[in-house]
Amino acid sequence: MGHRCASTTREGPPPAAPWYDRPVSRRAVTTAGLVAPLAALLAGCGSTGATGPRTLRVLDTYTNDPDRTIIGGALAAAAAEVGVTLERVSVAGDSLIQRVLQQGSSGTLPDILMLDNPDLQQIASTTALRPFDALGIPTDGYTDGVTAAGTYEGRVYGLAPTVNTVALFYDVPALEAAGIEPPTTWSALREAAAALTRGDRYGIAFCGNATYEGTWQYLPFFWSNGADERDIASPEAAGALDLLAGLVRQGHASTSVLNWSQADVKDQFVAGRAAMMVNGPWQIPELSGVEGLEYDVVTLPTRDPATQAAVAPLGGEVWTVPATGDRAKERLAAQVLTRFLADDSILSMAEQRFTVPGRHALTDAFLERRPEMAAFADLLGDARARTAQLGPDWPATATALYTAVQLALSGQVSAADALREAGEYA
Amino acid sequence: MTSTLAPVRTRPRPASASPRRRPGAARARQRRLVAALFLGPAVVYLLLFYGYPVVQNVVMGFQHYTISTFFTGQAPWAGLDNYREVVGSPLFRTALLNTVVFTVGSIAGQFALGLGIALFFRRRFPLSGFLRSLILLPWLIPLIAASAVWKWLLDTESGAINRVLVGTGLVDTGVPWLSSTSLALVTVIAVNVWIGIPFNAVILHGGLQGIPDELYEAGALDGATGRRAFRHITWPMLRPVVTVVLVLGVVYTLKVLDIILGLTGGGPANATQTLATQSYQLSFATFDFGQGAAVSNILIVISLVFAAVYLRLNRRAVDE
Repeated sequence: MGHRCASTTREGPPPAAPWYDRPVSRRAVTTAGLVAPLAALLAGCGSTGATGPRTLRVLDTYTNDPDRTIIGGALAAAAAEVGVTLERVSVAGDSLIQRVLQQGSSGTLPDILMLDNPDLQQIASTTALRPFDALGIPTDGYTDGVTAAGTYEGRVYGLAPTVNTVALFYDVPALEAAGIEPPTTWSALREAAAALTRGDRYGIAFCGNATYEGTWQYLPFFWSNGADERDIASPEAAGALDLLAGLVRQGHASTSVLNWSQADVKDQFVAGRAAMMVNGPWQIPELSGVEGLEYDVVTLPTRDPATQAAVAPLGGEVWTVPATGDRAKERLAAQVLTRFLADDSILSMAEQRFTVPGRHALTDAFLERRPEMAAFADLLGDARARTAQLGPDWPATATALYTAVQLALSGQVSAADALREAGEYA
Repeated sequence: MTSTLAPVRTRPRPASASPRRRPGAARARQRRLVAALFLGPAVVYLLLFYGYPVVQNVVMGFQHYTISTFFTGQAPWAGLDNYREVVGSPLFRTALLNTVVFTVGSIAGQFALGLGIALFFRRRFPLSGFLRSLILLPWLIPLIAASAVWKWLLDTESGAINRVLVGTGLVDTGVPWLSSTSLALVTVIAVNVWIGIPFNAVILHGGLQGIPDELYEAGALDGATGRRAFRHITWPMLRPVVTVVLVLGVVYTLKVLDIILGLTGGGPANATQTLATQSYQLSFATFDFGQGAAVSNILIVISLVFAAVYLRLNRRAVDE
């Protein structure tokens, strides 16, 4: 019986028959059985909303180390300066929005919330977030991409301390053995992929799966070739898609790219089954730990570098203050985020996580500490936010884009037809 | 503690002891009240956990129910918009066709193999009990874990299955089990058959145990052995169990989601997209809960229609 342990150290003269020595009736047992879970349930419900006035609840998706510890450290430092304690919960990335919706409908949103940047405008459009100007969080100095991703209807609702994008990773010895330079044009990329395909090893690996990851990896080619997400059935978009489809068609990339996530792509590269890969800097900590792997990173090639600049899609997580209705706590949360987004805090996170600061002014200091990140820092200066043009309507187009990628890479239809067909989904 | 609970004495019943006789109507009313009290919790439970979600889902199908609804509580009435949008989408025809192929293929495979295994295990032989329990294995593994392992096994380059096929010279290069648009649906069906065999085998085996041996002995005297015994004794006796297995199987298979999400996510190029995955993606990837509910309502209606038609056919067969 759970309640027996309660009063064994009672003081004073013991009563003749303490309650716990009295015979337990069947009704008492039944009542306890019914009441205990109910009480536990109510207590559980209460605890989510009832934290102390100087305790803030934080929700993010950094479930794995090293990110979990690095972000946790930066949050803890900011909280210590403001003089609050944090109650932090990290959930898996793909369940974050569902969690936020649950909390929104039950009025239990956290005081500080992390969101993936393409989701911000959609969530902001629901009135769930507080604008930064009303809270006094500084919004100056961020790159255009970060500001665009964090802005909804002219007001900033979230900002990213550090950002990332994708680039071309390559196996240095493999390219040396084949006597080729890292490709800078699409035709050089095709030739390099062909020359590097040998036995078990494909020339290149990338992610073309049926999720937003597939869209994300197609975007740099799509944008650098001059395509626009407001009209995806364009010759420019088809040219970019045909580059990827051609790599699979010629057998220089595996047909499995249709199923691979970006993590799978990294595994293929590490296992030596791909000589080049499209991936992001968040893989660097793991790649650096692989013995005998010698790799380097360059900007993704463009079709014609003389007239086209590489365009990086902006990746990264933005931090927001949900509208919980508790004005005092919203102010405290704003103070914590202000501190969290200060120069030294951003630089420390950027250095440890191999991500690039979201503010221009910090780039030089960052490159002093992480010179190997030069390729990414260059790209991210004018990285493009996925939601810059379409705002909350982006998910529909993102779905159409990965559908087109899947249709074209599986060889069902030509790249142009794939985009036209997929456009019907948007 | 038990001693205080133990002797449940049977009290003398006052009703029968009392000389006063109650009028029959009052007694009937009392009995109805008791019946209602016993039924009450069950009815409340059903309404709360089954009735409410179904009604809510039907209503949601007629609403513009989006992310905003969770924060503002407003879900404007949409009429038939969601259904028009969903059915008009080019994806719907693909998903509907895939759902039919997936269900028919899975059920046919599961039932045929399950019945074969059940018949096989009717004989007793050394280790038969142990082997029979091994058949349950796919049932015991969480579906997400099973699909993750199958995804590994089926990988085009490094999967064990292709390694064996290439190693033995049966094929030149790895078969793109999950990345070919023409093969992916077949592969997903095969994995689902593997998962469904234990259910079919166990239930059918149970049904076979219920057929008395005397029937076979009598049949053998009349010359019904082997295949003829199956046709004239086993199959007719097994029919009620077969009905249950098939109806449950179809309903389970129509709503299969985790296996497909785990193996292909509906790809490549929607080759394995079914109504269940489409509904999931509408609700939890694009967050259009109204359209997601519309698709799942269509799925529920298909389930109901199938169950009704099948039960009706079966009843007629029994009546004859």
